[in-house]
Amino acid sequence: MSDHEYTPKSKFGKWFNDRLPLLTLANHLTDYPTPKNLNYWWTFGGILTFCLITQIVTGLVLAMHYIAHADMAFDSVEHIMRDVNYGWLIRYIHANGASMFFLAVYIHIFRSLFYGSYKAPREIIWIIGIIIYLLMMAAAFLGYVLPWGQMSFWGATVITNLFSAIPLVGEGIVTWLWGGYSVDNPTLTRFFTLHYLIPFLILGLVVLHIWALHVPGNNNPVGIDIKKPSKDTVPFHPYIVIKDGFALLMFMIVFAFFVFYTPNILGHADNYIEANPLVTPAHIVPEWYLLPFYAILRSVPDKLLGVVAMLSAILILAALPWLDTSKIRSAVFRPLYRQFYWILVADVLILGYVGAMPAEGLYLLVARVATAYYFLHFLVVLPLLGWKEKTLPIPLSITEPILGGSPNLATAKSKESLKN
Amino acid sequence: MKNFLKIILLIFLFSGFSFSAQAAEKIEYLKTDWSFKGLFGKFDRASLQRGYQVYTEVCSSCHSMKYLSYRNLSEKGGPEFTVEQAKAIAASFEVKDGPNADGDMFTRPGRLSDKFVMPYDNVQAAQAANGGAYPPDMSVLVKARGGGVDYIYSLLQGYEDPPAGVTLDDGVYYNKYMYGNKIKMANQLSDGLVEYTDGTSATVEQMSKDVTTFLMWSAEPHLETRHQMGFKAIVYLIILTILVYFSMKKIWSRIETEV
Repeated sequence: MSDHEYTPKSKFGKWFNDRLPLLTLANHLTDYPTPKNLNYWWTFGGILTFCLITQIVTGLVLAMHYIAHADMAFDSVEHIMRDVNYGWLIRYIHANGASMFFLAVYIHIFRSLFYGSYKAPREIIWIIGIIIYLLMMAAAFLGYVLPWGQMSFWGATVITNLFSAIPLVGEGIVTWLWGGYSVDNPTLTRFFTLHYLIPFLILGLVVLHIWALHVPGNNNPVGIDIKKPSKDTVPFHPYIVIKDGFALLMFMIVFAFFVFYTPNILGHADNYIEANPLVTPAHIVPEWYLLPFYAILRSVPDKLLGVVAMLSAILILAALPWLDTSKIRSAVFRPLYRQFYWILVADVLILGYVGAMPAEGLYLLVARVATAYYFLHFLVVLPLLGWKEKTLPIPLSITEPILGGSPNLATAKSKESLKN
Repeated sequence: MKNFLKIILLIFLFSGFSFSAQAAEKIEYLKTDWSFKGLFGKFDRASLQRGYQVYTEVCSSCHSMKYLSYRNLSEKGGPEFTVEQAKAIAASFEVKDGPNADGDMFTRPGRLSDKFVMPYDNVQAAQAANGGAYPPDMSVLVKARGGGVDYIYSLLQGYEDPPAGVTLDDGVYYNKYMYGNKIKMANQLSDGLVEYTDGTSATVEQMSKDVTTFLMWSAEPHLETRHQMGFKAIVYLIILTILVYFSMKKIWSRIETEV
């Protein structure tokens, strides 16, 4: 794994390391050469690891007090909120932690899109990332069902019913998923089991994600290949550790604000009403982080095609390294792509907004246009841009933009003059 | 780039417009100052105690509060009745217990550990007694309604004669804050309905505020701890962030790159 040989200093260390090279691994992680020009958008990888660990730890404690039974789930959540020592804190961290996790993952994904981190030789990192993202959505959906409130129940009903769109076997699959003829206790217990399992699958994939990252090394804002180790890199510890730590603390301040001061703002009020199969809520809406895909689902009039569109919207990302034909990674040197990038960001935000609105009238029209544009961006704009776009000259090394002869010359010079 | 900025501006204008259009459709709830809002928000003890009185004397004949126990009434951060007062309150209720050694069910005076006594034995009994409508359990009611405390506070004062053209069935009442304006609960509060032990004048507004405060506490019994801990946690995080920031600057000063 490491580029250079490492021998532990102590005799025991040597003995141990020959049998299990954990110390070599630790040494690799400490020395790992990282581009020194990474900006704060790169700190979200560490933040996401923190989010995952937080969810697993708080989730373990919640699972000790939660009862996965249709008649007792809602009561057991209230028991956690009232009578378990600091149960309210653990539960609010877990519930808001899910939102924070998605906030961070969206920033992480859009950072990758901007700087072309998905391009060769990092396709595998990207695809593992997409699988992690899919599992995160599954875990979040399953977790939202567990409190057994009205939104839990009806959200589960709506989402599991999507499988009925599959021709011939659809209805059978839905019955199989439910473990009965409606969402009920068997559904709840299996959802709980899967909700407990998925985070550990994610954890395993995160290890692969980081392993795959450590083979080519990090991409960077300039998007060029760099020599490692060289003047362009710094060792991971202490440089990146302290920087990630600083960013994580900033993130935790936002996180803490939600947990302590507006713990329920990201949830839906209806989920404090116990699940009732006889009463349907006025509007069934998923959590905010699933809204763009919900908008895509509803913008297609046909049920099966809607499901296909929604799944394609996620899976199309896996093909991104081959849909984007440009050889230049960073949007900094791609003036046209940069504009389309921001239009895509706006498009996804619009989809999220209309996903929360009733699917009718102007909202539906906007959802349809935005859905069409979403696919247009990946299937038409990106392949064409690679051919048509006139990219800016890229520097030969990270240090070069500072020294001159690059598009960043003006900024570099103004910095120089400030120093003098 | 300029074109792009224009697009973004248009999008913002559009979304801003639609947000305000939505806001215009919403009814404005009545406002009052809640002592429990804000970074240091705490419950008004006296208001909680009065609110409990309104709940027991008025609401509890139909609405249960199944997640509350009598012991909660004397716990920190709540109405903070003394333990003796809470015991006396509990003892004033008849609780069904059993079976005893002979296999019989019996009633006994309530204890601190008992849950609040429910007005009906089950949901069906509650519906039968209320024209088919189930009076919702009030333990987490505030969190289960979109408008929260403002909604409950307004609803209690929102009874009006129906406007011309609106006909109401028997047992249905008009309330301007209710979703769809039709509500199966009759107006419950009238001036002087309860006699507050602390001498506060029991206006409809006062009773609404007190009982809503009580409901906020019942939904979030640890609200005060949460606010206090939150403030400490955030101050701690900010100080740590500043320290880490300067450490980072120091470490990175060995490299010519800015952080």
